[in-house]
Amino acid sequence: MAEQLALEAVDVSKRFGARWALARLSFTLPQGRSLLLTGHNGSGKTTLLRLIATASFPTAGTLKVLGHDARAGRDALRPHVALVSHASFHYEDLSAAQNLELSAKFLGLGSQQTLVAGLLERMGLAERAQSPVRQFSAGMRKRLAIARLLMKAPKLALLDEPFGELDPAGIRQMEGLIRELQGNGTSVVLATHLVEQGQSLTNERLHLEGGRKAVAA
Amino acid sequence: MTPKISLLHAAWLVLKKDWQIEWRTRARLTAIIFFSLSTLLLFSFAMGPDVNTLRAHAPGYLWLGLLFASVLSLGESFRIESENQALTGLVLTPVEPRAIFVGKVFGNASLLFGLSLVLLPVTVALYDVELSRDPLRLVLVLFLGSVGISAPGTVYSAIAANARARDVMLPLLLFPVLVPLLLAAVSATRFTLQPDPQEQLGSWLKLLTAFDLIYLSVGFLVFPKVAEED
Repeated sequence: MAEQLALEAVDVSKRFGARWALARLSFTLPQGRSLLLTGHNGSGKTTLLRLIATASFPTAGTLKVLGHDARAGRDALRPHVALVSHASFHYEDLSAAQNLELSAKFLGLGSQQTLVAGLLERMGLAERAQSPVRQFSAGMRKRLAIARLLMKAPKLALLDEPFGELDPAGIRQMEGLIRELQGNGTSVVLATHLVEQGQSLTNERLHLEGGRKAVAA
Repeated sequence: MTPKISLLHAAWLVLKKDWQIEWRTRARLTAIIFFSLSTLLLFSFAMGPDVNTLRAHAPGYLWLGLLFASVLSLGESFRIESENQALTGLVLTPVEPRAIFVGKVFGNASLLFGLSLVLLPVTVALYDVELSRDPLRLVLVLFLGSVGISAPGTVYSAIAANARARDVMLPLLLFPVLVPLLLAAVSATRFTLQPDPQEQLGSWLKLLTAFDLIYLSVGFLVFPKVAEED
């Protein structure tokens, strides 16, 4: 029986204006395995994560995510993929609890208040549940974004610099959460500059230079 | 797998979310009320004290006040979506982009319609118009006009939200499209406030309805292209 692939990229390219952010990138990731994305700033890590999340689409090439074409199958795909990015996707004028409740309602999840209270407690945000996100620090926003990811229980979790802005306790908690996701069968794609930490959490590595696959130094 | 909610349910949640943000900040509401009141006041000063002239032009000034306020309102409506890339977050949640369109249109329209009701007594005070002639159809005209501004306005404000000169871009894109709507809304309003010997009101109402339906349909079809990055 053929191996189930979480990701299959064949000659994937992405252009912004005249600049190619990704150029003819090919790789695969089996379902349940995790991938570490490394590379300097501007090497294409965030662009690749956005393509996988279907926040954007390849200019050329074929990208299959969980067996679906990223563009044509995006409606089927989106419920199973979650992205924690530099942008938090939150509404600044809503509270942490309201933001999560909104996501829960869109996801069609029942008993939203209990679910949200549990997630906020888990992420150490229970005391600030009713504060507007506008008043949150960068680390708190990241925790809230992780709470939203956990709510979705994705098959594929995309984490763009998940350790950035977190305090040491937050970093330890994030490592635990990544391991927990993997334990539940979720494939994790992790983009970070903390290579050793990333390698300890993932099975495979993809190093990018100038939007191309490269051998890590 | 989580159950998928219907398009109408998602649209309702988008609308409620916009109301919730509005209620929490009241920034947009305060701005458009004071802006449109100032507009009506300035037009009345510019026209001078002749009551007949003021009455004759009242429908035009009412709709210009609403139109100018709508630019502020629509711009703010998508500013909250571009902050933190919240619109992308909604699409990836996933929320059907067409549900976002429907929710945003009726969220914007409800705000404009509410504003128009606030402006009516001010119009009476400043322009000496008579509201009791056909109040129900006046309210219908205000509602249809508010939806008519919001339908193309929602699409264009989503387009303009990511543009460099978004404050300039929105009126440049929107105003030319709204010419037929303004013509119909001003004329229909006039015939609810003043005698309508040739019974023209019905025709203007039909034009308003047609405009709304056309732009609701066009927006419904094209909004996914606008909401999703290529």
